[in-house]
Amino acid sequence: MTHAVAVPAPIPVRIPIREILPYALFAGVLSLIALYFVGAEQGALAVFDGTYVHELVHDARHLLGFPCH
Amino acid sequence: MPLTEPDRTTEQSALTVRSLLVWGLLAGLVGGLLAFGFASAFGEPSVETAIGIEEAGGAAHDHGAEAGGHSHGAEPAAEEEEVSRAFQSTGGLGIGAVAYGLGLGGLYSLAFAFAYGRLGRLTARATALAVAGLGYLALVLVPFLTYPANPPAVGKGETIGERTGLFFGIMGISLVALVLAIVAARKLAARWGGWWSTVAAGLGYVVVVTAVAKALPSFNEVPDSFPGSVLWEFRVASLGTSAVLYATIGVVFAALLHRGLTRKTG
Repeated sequence: MTHAVAVPAPIPVRIPIREILPYALFAGVLSLIALYFVGAEQGALAVFDGTYVHELVHDARHLLGFPCH
Repeated sequence: MPLTEPDRTTEQSALTVRSLLVWGLLAGLVGGLLAFGFASAFGEPSVETAIGIEEAGGAAHDHGAEAGGHSHGAEPAAEEEEVSRAFQSTGGLGIGAVAYGLGLGGLYSLAFAFAYGRLGRLTARATALAVAGLGYLALVLVPFLTYPANPPAVGKGETIGERTGLFFGIMGISLVALVLAIVAARKLAARWGGWWSTVAAGLGYVVVVTAVAKALPSFNEVPDSFPGSVLWEFRVASLGTSAVLYATIGVVFAALLHRGLTRKTG
C-alpha cells in the first residue's frame, strides 16, 4: 500500500539530448548512407563507377519515389 | 514526486538509445519486407508496362541501328544489363526495399528518441505513431506532391541531376519546416493551449511547403504517348509502398517499445 502500483502507460521521460547525439551521429550517418544507395547512387551522383547498384535497386528507387533516370 | 521516482528510473533504464535503435532496425526490417510485398504485388505491373513502353519507344527511334543501344545511359539495352530484369523486379526490389527500410528504421528510432517526452503528454506508443505519420507527411507526401514519382520511360536523362537535387531539397526543406512547426507549436502551447497551437503550426507548415513547392521549378517530362492510367497506377502504388513502410515501422516499433517498457516496469 505504500508503493505506487506499476503505471500501465509510463510517464514520458525525456532522453537527454547529449545521450542521443553520439548515436544520432553514428547510426544516422550509416542510415543515411543506406538511403543514399537506394535513392540516388549511380543516378545523378556516383561513388562507384558503373550501373550495377542502379540496376539492382532500380525498381525500389522508382517505387519509393526517387528520380531514377 | 516520491511516487513517480521509481517509475522514472526504471523507465530510464529501459529507454536507452541503444534499445530504441535495435527496435527501430527491427521495425525497419519488417517494414522493408512488407513494402517489398506491396511493391511487387501492386507496383511491379505498372513498372513492367512502363518498361515495355520505353523499349518499344527506343526501338522505334533507332530502327536502322543494329545494336539498339540508344536508350539512355542509365538503362542499357537488354543484352548489356548487369542485373537481369527478372532479378531487378524480385531480388533487387527486395534488397532495395529492405536496405531502405533498415536505414529509415534507424533514423526513425533516433527521431523518436528526440520526440519522446517533448511532444506534450503523448504516450510512448502515441509518440511512435505520431513520428511515423509526420515522417510520412514531411518526407513522402510533400515531396511526392511537389515532384511526383515517375515510372521508367518518364523523365529525361538530361535533367536527372537537377531533379534529384530538387527532390532531396524539398525533402530537406519539408523536414526542417516540420521540425520548426513542432517547436513553434510546443512554445505556443503554453499561451494558446495545445489545440490552437497545433492548428496554427500545422497551417504554418502547409503554407510554407506550398509556397516552396510552387516556387521551385517543375518538370513535365511525361511523353505524350504515355498512358495516363499506367502513370496513375504507378504513382498510387508508389505512395502505397511508402505508406506500408512508414505504417509498419510505426506500429512494429510502438509494439516493441511498449513490450520493452512494460516488461521492465511490470
